[in-house]
Amino acid sequence: MNIVVCVKFVPDAQSERGFEPGDHTTDRFGVPGRLSELDEYAVEAALTLATAGADAPTGEPAGRVTVMTVGPPAAAEAIKKALQMGADAGVHVTDEAIAGSDAAATSLVLAAAIRRIGEAAPVDLVLTGMASTDAVMSVVPAMLAERLDLPQLTLASQLSIEGGTASIRRDGDLASQTVTAALPALVSVTDQINEPRYPSFKGIMGAKKKPVQTWGIADLGLRADQVGLAASATVVESITPRPPRQAGQVVKDDGDGGRQLADFLRSRKFV
Amino acid sequence: MSEVLVLVDHVDGAVRKATTELLTIAARVGEPSAVYIGTGFQDAAATLARFGAVKAYRIESPDLTAHLVAPSAEALAQLVERTQPAAVLLASTADGKEIAARLALKIDSGLITDAVDVDADLVTTQSVFAGAYSVRARVSRGTPIITVKANSVTAQERPGECVDEQFTAVISPGAMSARITGTRPRQKSGRPDLSEAAIVVAGGRGTNGDFGPVEAFADTLGAAVGASRAAVDAGWYPHANQVGQTGKSVSPQLYVAVGISGAIQHRAGMQTSKTIVAVNKDADAPIFELADFGVVGDLFTVLPQATTLIEQARG
Ligand SMILES: Cc1cc2nc3c(=O)[nH]c(=O)nc-3n(C[C@H](O)[C@H](O)[C@H](O)COP(=O)(O)OP(=O)(O)OC[C@H]3O[C@@H](n4cnc5c(N)ncnc54)[C@H](O)[C@@H]3O)c2cc1C
Ligand SMILES: Nc1ncnc2c1ncn2[C@@H]1O[C@H](COP(=O)(O)O)[C@@H](O)[C@H]1O
Repeated sequence: MNIVVCVKFVPDAQSERGFEPGDHTTDRFGVPGRLSELDEYAVEAALTLATAGADAPTGEPAGRVTVMTVGPPAAAEAIKKALQMGADAGVHVTDEAIAGSDAAATSLVLAAAIRRIGEAAPVDLVLTGMASTDAVMSVVPAMLAERLDLPQLTLASQLSIEGGTASIRRDGDLASQTVTAALPALVSVTDQINEPRYPSFKGIMGAKKKPVQTWGIADLGLRADQVGLAASATVVESITPRPPRQAGQVVKDDGDGGRQLADFLRSRKFV
Repeated sequence: MSEVLVLVDHVDGAVRKATTELLTIAARVGEPSAVYIGTGFQDAAATLARFGAVKAYRIESPDLTAHLVAPSAEALAQLVERTQPAAVLLASTADGKEIAARLALKIDSGLITDAVDVDADLVTTQSVFAGAYSVRARVSRGTPIITVKANSVTAQERPGECVDEQFTAVISPGAMSARITGTRPRQKSGRPDLSEAAIVVAGGRGTNGDFGPVEAFADTLGAAVGASRAAVDAGWYPHANQVGQTGKSVSPQLYVAVGISGAIQHRAGMQTSKTIVAVNKDADAPIFELADFGVVGDLFTVLPQATTLIEQARG
């Protein structure tokens, strides 16, 4: 099985995140970055499926896992981490023109890169995380399915593939659904699906020898005006740091903490 | 005045609160037109009319409801083509955002997700980076597609006549490739729905597995019960109740965090709450930085005391 996993390089959530002063894009340089934690679940799901293929009684070759990222040069870190976890190869799409791309433009680049990978060997499965930890739009997976005309199996908390059919459990707002489609398909996974592995020492050493291709948008047949801020269909008018919350009242419970809590709720008319 | 399409979020005709809020926003911009996909319209009609829908487009074909999101996006694209609306508004649910995403590509239009407010001129407000920044933005190309978080505005009744019309969408085979083969509704807790509730009481690792005091306190306030990921991962509460980055994002009038430290991923799901209250035995817990009111103390003594007093006051 030929699997492509889309992973994003994001500013670390633990650090103070901010915006580029000039163009309102996310500041990806001032803060340390990492492979999005939520995309580790997608990498793990891919590795699990690829290994299952190796164990198949038919003796089918193991699945091949390619990790792909669209991002600045530093995003190579995200690929490296996924290779250390066990992915076979990496594709890094990087180009100055891409900076500031919104979800639509990002999905355009990802889709073009997946098509290009598919020229060498057909892609059976595209895996993504449930959301980026920085932008948290959760729309790139649906956009990718739309662009690649693949069945969309998103927000999977369980995934199984049998006889060329993928089946997921999608825990929605009000119900839990089972959704099924024939491969090739696009699947996004939630943090409920598995427990991502840590890279082993062997994995870390082995990653250095794994192939990583770097493509620009011209390699994908895209023009600069199709991506980046230029292509964006939204404009930011202003960004204001939230005014520091007025320091609230904090009381220590000396036997009447519950009473004070009840009083506060009454004073605010919640009771 | 131009139409504003509002995709109705409903369960077999029971209109969810977020939709009434969307209709209220739509009325600021133009004439609200509801788009109703699925069966049960008869049950929804009165609510839609009461909250100001002037028109309702009914799409009943099972082609839409038997498949995941793609057919709904196709139908909306066809309606946009026909009605040339000023905007399309959807609820910020998983389905709502994914339908919006596909629609944006189909009609080459800008998409704004998770707005917490929308002005009459379609400038939106979003809260980003776990609430640290407030962003004002607008769509600059095509028909604005905006998903709005529940509880962002107060729904206003605007009773009037709602004219409904059958709309037949043509769904391509490609859009029907992901089939919904099973649906299991969530178990009803008898409490308000987490994403719609005006009050949420959430418990964390500090409950040590005993959500009894949290639930009792929630019930005196008529609140929904939430949980931190630590509590969910430990198996103490269902994942459906998780609040945070990978759980639900809530914006109630009142959020009470009990035995929750306030990690950034938790805050991401509750920071837009109007009033925040924390009960935690560690005075240095980061949740107190957000709290309008906090009690440093043991939840197992503080909550029961508050619960009893509130019940007594009610008589
Ligand atoms: C990718 C990713 C996504 C995540 N998504 C989410 C998410 O959606 N939602 C979420 O909540 N977390 C999420 N997390 C986890 C998050 O980082 C925290 O680990 C989690 O929120 C901690 O839960 P907690 O506050 O209940 O536990 P803790 O951090 O352990 O805090 C427990 C608190 O309870 C207090 N306490 C203990 N006993 C008592 C008592 N008797 N009375 C009063 N107080 C007491 C303690 O002082 C402490 O402050 C995510 C993490 C990652 C990496
Ligand atoms: N720049 C990117 N490069 C690779 N994958 C991405 C990128 N942006 C988003 N994705 C994928 O899309 C998922 C959802 O992202 P988002 O829609 O931005 O919340 C992520 O978990 C990734 O798998």
